[in-house]
Amino acid sequence: MQTNEVWVYIEQNNGKIAEVSLELLGKATVLAEKLQGNVSAVLPGSNVKSLTKTLFTYGADKVYLVDQHILKDYTTLPYAKVVVDLIKTYQPQIVLYGATTTGRDLAPRIASELRVGLTADCTNLQIGDYTFKEKDYQDILYQIRPAFGGNIIATIVSPEHRPQMATVREGVMKMNPPDASREGEVIEYQAEIPTELLITEIVKKFQQEKTVNLKGANIIVSGGVGVGSKENFKLIHALAHVLGGEVGGSRAAVDAGFIGKEHQVGQTGTTVRPKLYMAIGISGQIQHMAGMNQASRIVAINSDPHAPIFQIAHYGIVGDLHEVVPKFIEVFKSLKK
Amino acid sequence: MAYNMVVLVKQVPDTQNITGQAMKEDGTVNRAALPAIFNPEDLNALEEALRIKEQSGGKITVITMGPPSAAEVLRESLYRGADDVILLSDRKFAGADTLATSYALCLAIKKLAAYDLVLCGRQAIDGDTAQVGPQTAEKLGINQITFVDRILELKDRSITAERSIEGGYEIVKAQLPILLTITDEANIPRPPAAKKVLAYKYAVTPAEINNYDEEYLRANEIEASNVIIKLWDHEEIGAAEAHCGLAGSPTKVKQIESVVLEAGEFKQIENSKAGFETLIKELMHEHIIG
Repeated sequence: MQTNEVWVYIEQNNGKIAEVSLELLGKATVLAEKLQGNVSAVLPGSNVKSLTKTLFTYGADKVYLVDQHILKDYTTLPYAKVVVDLIKTYQPQIVLYGATTTGRDLAPRIASELRVGLTADCTNLQIGDYTFKEKDYQDILYQIRPAFGGNIIATIVSPEHRPQMATVREGVMKMNPPDASREGEVIEYQAEIPTELLITEIVKKFQQEKTVNLKGANIIVSGGVGVGSKENFKLIHALAHVLGGEVGGSRAAVDAGFIGKEHQVGQTGTTVRPKLYMAIGISGQIQHMAGMNQASRIVAINSDPHAPIFQIAHYGIVGDLHEVVPKFIEVFKSLKK
Repeated sequence: MAYNMVVLVKQVPDTQNITGQAMKEDGTVNRAALPAIFNPEDLNALEEALRIKEQSGGKITVITMGPPSAAEVLRESLYRGADDVILLSDRKFAGADTLATSYALCLAIKKLAAYDLVLCGRQAIDGDTAQVGPQTAEKLGINQITFVDRILELKDRSITAERSIEGGYEIVKAQLPILLTITDEANIPRPPAAKKVLAYKYAVTPAEINNYDEEYLRANEIEASNVIIKLWDHEEIGAAEAHCGLAGSPTKVKQIESVVLEAGEFKQIENSKAGFETLIKELMHEHIIG
């Protein structure tokens, strides 16, 4: 029997839960309310039982816990088997995954095996009705995502198949405020994982804590391809430093090698909502603008007065950034005294 | 040992370089005006296959699914060194989502004699879903390594590759047959080889040779031997209609909206110390900076 459960696949690495998974519990709470269902977390791993408390704190009503030594490291086939078995057994309405390198490896594999729909990189999820070929479907998951390089927003539905599944990038959904008094039910599940699925060996894993925190930054100073070179990008770093902000970059600047990928702002990088966003030498590709237009204040500096970025900026300065940025720093320093 | 390799490629609209000409007056994109290109990361996948072939020998079959015009990416593949190219084209395939696409690709791959490696780009720039690779692997019943930045070793039936993960990488070892999705970090794809361009410039599908007029065929000396691009429809690969195209796609597009970002209240700041002073004071006053 199909339930009204909204599931969130919980990604954890050595016992640390990925932020996106907690964010998805927040969204799942909203969706479950609409469906009058509950929020369930799916937690595969080894030695992860202690994490269930956190999942309740952030909105889970139920946790499907699959705690097996064999699941210590994520590899595709055993994890896909676990989630597929759980879905077949407990029949959720919706399953959400973080659009991480793990979620994007796992979710399509599961969708293919179950022959259900999957929408990648949703930026919004809603519940609504849908009519197709004179048939009415109620309480369908609207899976809303950008496509065509961010130039269109498509609403995708999967009316006839269950579960409805989607991946969502980190930083797009908001976590519930933590409530340590919340409690829930833990369902321990023992998965049968045949040895023929244990065929990927993790030889080495290297992972650094994020050194760049664009998502939480109040001020972001971003440079585009118009900055001209990695050397010139020092100006962007300098301005970010005096303002106490993070350094960002457009995809073009990242592709050109001016700045590392972890600094990339936009739909294909990090979606940001700072108080101040300074876009310097960024012409304004839609996929970039859609990832920063929620900033409270946008200052654009560009030598081209017709650059699209000015259309969404609150303040525009037309000029050569090599001249503008040092002058701006000088004025800021003098006013700060 | 030599490897039988299949490379999956896609022709996509060039969404990364949208110029003024492709913009309609209302600020939306005229998709028809975008040039069709070889999906960038599929070129990285092809390059990886070519390098394996150069090192170990083998055969490269390139498959694409698309409208008749997608034959162009197969010619592009021939220019770079593909041995065999196949176009999956059929009205029945139209409107396929990633599930229906992987169904057709899987059947086409299974029709080939044997394969050791299936390579494709991490994702295509029109949809950015990165789903067709893993879904094809699942349908073939083989293992996968996604987000491959580097193949470190390919020895007999064993492969070691570096895949990118959040904030780092992992090195994984697995056995063939396997499907790899390749990122743009992996390599710099080679340009077409001039000799091969001359040899394959008029490589055509059976449908193309029938559609060209006699004069064009004569002028370019196109004859039966130019029919190098195989054209497979749903019957050829034994696909059930109900699983192809729109009919076989669980996902439906409910609605499409063009993104027109709203302009906020805009203030032009004079490019002068006085102008900056006004701006900075305003931002300080609002406690945005300071």
